[in-house]
Amino acid sequence: MTGLMDPLPKMTPSPSTAADSTQRRLLMALAAPVGAITFSFIAATIMLFIAGSNPFEAYGDMLGHASKLETQVSMINRATPLYISGVAAAIGFKMNLFNIGVEGQYRMAAIFAAYVGGAVALPGVFHIGLIIVVAMLVGAAWAGLAGVLYTHRGINEVIATIMLNGVALGVIAWLVRSWQAEGNIAQVGVGTERIESSGIIPNLSWIPETLFRDLTGTGELTGVLIIAIAVGVIYHVLLNRTIFGFELRASGLNPRAARAGGVPPRRMALTAMLLSGGIGGLVGIAEIMDKGRYNPNFVGGLGFNGIGIALLGRNHPAGIAVGALLWAFLEASSDILQNQGTAPKEIIDIMRGVILLTVVIGYEVVSRIRKRDEAARAAARLTESTS
Amino acid sequence: MALAIELKGITKRFPGVVANDDVNLAVETGEIHAVCGENGAGKSTLMKILYGMQGPDEGTMHVDGKTMTFTSPADAIAAGIGMVHQHFMLAGNLSVLENVILGSEPTRSGVIDQTTARAHLIEVGAAYGLEVDPDEFVENLEVGERQRVEIIKVLYRGAKILILDEPTAVLVPHEVDELFRNMRELKADGATILFIDHKLEEVLEIADTITVLRHGQTVATVKPAEVTTGDLAELMVGSQLPTSQTSKSTVTNDVALGVENLTVLDDDNRPVVDSVNLQIHRGEIVGIAGVEGNGQTELVEAIIGTARASTGSITLCGDDITHQSVRHRRSGGIGLVPQDRHEEGLLLEAPLWENAALGHQMKMPFGRGVWFDRPGARDQTEMIRSKFDIRSPDIEVSAQTLSGGNQQKLIIGRELSAEPDVLIAAHPTRGIDVGAQAAVWDHIRTARADGMGTLLISADLDELIGLSDTILVMYKGKLVATVDPASVTPRELGSYMTGAAQ
Repeated sequence: MTGLMDPLPKMTPSPSTAADSTQRRLLMALAAPVGAITFSFIAATIMLFIAGSNPFEAYGDMLGHASKLETQVSMINRATPLYISGVAAAIGFKMNLFNIGVEGQYRMAAIFAAYVGGAVALPGVFHIGLIIVVAMLVGAAWAGLAGVLYTHRGINEVIATIMLNGVALGVIAWLVRSWQAEGNIAQVGVGTERIESSGIIPNLSWIPETLFRDLTGTGELTGVLIIAIAVGVIYHVLLNRTIFGFELRASGLNPRAARAGGVPPRRMALTAMLLSGGIGGLVGIAEIMDKGRYNPNFVGGLGFNGIGIALLGRNHPAGIAVGALLWAFLEASSDILQNQGTAPKEIIDIMRGVILLTVVIGYEVVSRIRKRDEAARAAARLTESTS
Repeated sequence: MALAIELKGITKRFPGVVANDDVNLAVETGEIHAVCGENGAGKSTLMKILYGMQGPDEGTMHVDGKTMTFTSPADAIAAGIGMVHQHFMLAGNLSVLENVILGSEPTRSGVIDQTTARAHLIEVGAAYGLEVDPDEFVENLEVGERQRVEIIKVLYRGAKILILDEPTAVLVPHEVDELFRNMRELKADGATILFIDHKLEEVLEIADTITVLRHGQTVATVKPAEVTTGDLAELMVGSQLPTSQTSKSTVTNDVALGVENLTVLDDDNRPVVDSVNLQIHRGEIVGIAGVEGNGQTELVEAIIGTARASTGSITLCGDDITHQSVRHRRSGGIGLVPQDRHEEGLLLEAPLWENAALGHQMKMPFGRGVWFDRPGARDQTEMIRSKFDIRSPDIEVSAQTLSGGNQQKLIIGRELSAEPDVLIAAHPTRGIDVGAQAAVWDHIRTARADGMGTLLISADLDELIGLSDTILVMYKGKLVATVDPASVTPRELGSYMTGAAQ
C-alpha cells in the first residue's frame, strides 16, 4: 500500500492544495484549445512553406490588420452572429441533441422577421421587439418540427435537421420572390421591403469612439452585440442556476438516470430543440439590421460555423465567445491575405479545419488525464482516511 | 477419463468483494458439465477467467493436462476453448458466412477466400450436425438459429471445449429442445461443453455432471441421477439460512404503497409482470425473492413510472398514481435505489453535489421555484457525505472517481435524506464490500423505524431474510408465494424461486 502511495505525497491536503487544484483545472481546461490553435499554426506554417509563400510575412499581415481599430470592430461584428449560433448549437449539445439545422432555422427566421419588420411601422422598442420575437418564434418552430419528428416518430434529429435545412432553402427561394419589395428591382434591389429606421437596432459605434478614436470608413459596431451578450448571460444562468438547466444537463449526461429522477425525456428533448431553434433564429438579426432587409445574397454558413465554435468552446458561454472571436479573426485575416496577396486565403479554411480536428482529440486526452488524476486523488484520500 | 479442464484454487478479488474463493472445477473430456448458482455466486467471473477475459489472483488452470495462463481470449481460443455469450455478438446485416469468418478470415493474396471459408463452414456444420444457411442474413434468423451461428463460429475457430453462458435464457421451449439435441451431437463428436444455467430441470436433463457455486465457492459436484431439483435448490441457496434479525416489528396498519392486479407487458405483448398484488405498510420492509429476470425489474419500473402498467392500479399513501409521471411519483414520496447504479442512478461525470440532487431537484434544498439552489445542494451533499460516511476528497469530484460502495452510499444517502414514504431498493448492496453493506442495512432499518415502507428486491438471500418483514417470491412475473422470513426453510425458498414447487 505504501508503495502505491509513494508517487503521490503532495496529494495529501495542505493549505495550498485548493489553489493548486483550481490552477490545475484551469490549465487543463485551456490545454486542448491552446494546443489545437498552436498546432494549426504549425501546420499552416509548413503548408505555406510548401505552397511557396512566406508564412511569417502572412502572419505579420494578419496581426497588423487585426491591430487596427476598424478591423477589431469588424471582428466583433462578425463574431456576434457566430456567437449566437454557437450558443444555439450548444443548447442542443448539452443534452446530446445535435441540432445541425441552425443554418436553416436562422435563414427561415430572418426572412420572416425581415418581412414582418418591413411591413409595419411601430415605435422603436416595439418594432425591434416584434422583429426579434418573430425571428425567435420562426426559428423555434422550424427546429420544433425536427423536435416533434424526433420525440414522436423516433426520427434521428441529425437527419431531420439536415433535411430541413434543404427544405428551408427551397422555401426561402420561393418566399424571397413572393415577398419581393414593390417597384423597380434595379432601384430597390431584390429582397423584402426595407425596414423603417424605427425597426433598426442603433449601432454601438460610440463605445469604441469614446474609448479610443473615431472610426474611419463605413464601419460601425453592431447593436446586436447587446443581444449576443444577453443570450450568453441567459444561457449561462439557465443552464447552471435553474432546475430546468440541471435537468437538461442531467439528460445529456445520463438519460436513463435522468428519467428515473423524474425528468421527462420527450418534453426535455422538445424544449431543448425549441430553445436551440429560438436562439438560432436570432443569428440572422445582425445581417437584417445591417442590410435593412432580407435579400437573396443573405449571409450563409453561420449555422454550420456555430457548430464548430460550440465544439471549440466546449459549450461554455465564455468558451464560445473566444471561439467566435477566433473565427472572426481568421475570417478577417482571410480578407487581408487576399488583398495583400501574401498567401492564398484558403490557408484560413485549412487552419479552421485543423483546429477543430485537433481540439476534439485534445479534449479527449485531457478528459482522460483528468479522470486518472481525480481517481488518484480520491484513492489517496481514501487510503489516508482509513489508515 | 482425461480432464479437459481442471481449475484448482481459483480466487478472484475485486475491490471489497471476493468473486471466486478457492474454486475447484474438474471437467472431463467429452462431457456436458453444468455450473449452477444464484446470480452473484461467481459463475460469470469463473467463466471470464477460463476464457482469458480476466486473470485469477490465485490458483492454476489446466487444459488437457497442460498448465495454462491466459492473458486474453485469443490465448483461450488457441488452447481450443470457445465461448458463446448470453448476448449474441453478431452483425445482423452480414450473412451467416460473413459472421462466422469475421476476425479469422481465410485470405488468398489479400482477398477473402470465399470458397475455402464456405467449404470449412459446411464441413464444421456437417461434422457437428448444425444446419444453417451460410448465405442467410443474420437479422432474418430466429433466436435459436442465431445461437447456432454463435456455436458454429466458435467451432470454426477450432474449439473443442465450449463454454455456453446461460444458453437457454433467450430461448423458447422448442428451441431449448433443439439446443439440447445439438449439444448431445456435439458431445457425441467429442466436444466438451461447460454450460451455465440456473434452471434446474434443464440442468438435470442435459448435464452429465453438475457443479454448484455459492458465494464464490464450489459447494458440491454431483451427478444428475443422484439429486432432485429440490436438492439442487438447497445447494444453491445454502442449507444454513441466517435467522431473522430479532428487531422489533415496526409494521403499522397504514398502507404506504398499494399495488393491485398489476400487469406489465413486454414489447411482444407478453406479461412480464402478471396480475401482481402487494401492499407495503408504513414501517414495513417487503422483500421480493426470485431468480433474476422473473419480472422484478419491470415491477420496479412500473411502480416508479418508467414502464407502463397495462392493467391494474398503484396507490401511494392512498392516492392513485397509476397514470402519474415519474416526477410526480418521485416528488410525491417514492425513493429509488436503482438496480444498476451506473446505468440509472448516477451522472458519472458530474460532481457529487449534482448527483445528490438527481431525482430531488424540484424540492428543497435543491430547488427553489424555478431556481436550482447551488449552495443548498452543496450543504445537503456535505451533510449526506458525513452522515453516510462517503469517502471522497470533497464534493466537487465527479461520481466516477468513487468506489462502488461509496457510490452506493451516495445514492442511499440521497434517497433516504429526502425522507420518502416508500423506498424502492433494488439490490441495494450489490457489488459492495461487507462494511458498506452493513451500513446500508442500518440506514434502511432506521428509516423503517421512522415509518418508511420499503420494497426490497435482492438476489442476496441473507439480505432478504435479515431485513424483510415479509418475503414474496416472484416467478415468471407472478407472485407465487408469501413466506415468513423467520420460519422459511432454504429448501422451500429455493423451490419457489426455481419453480420447482409448482
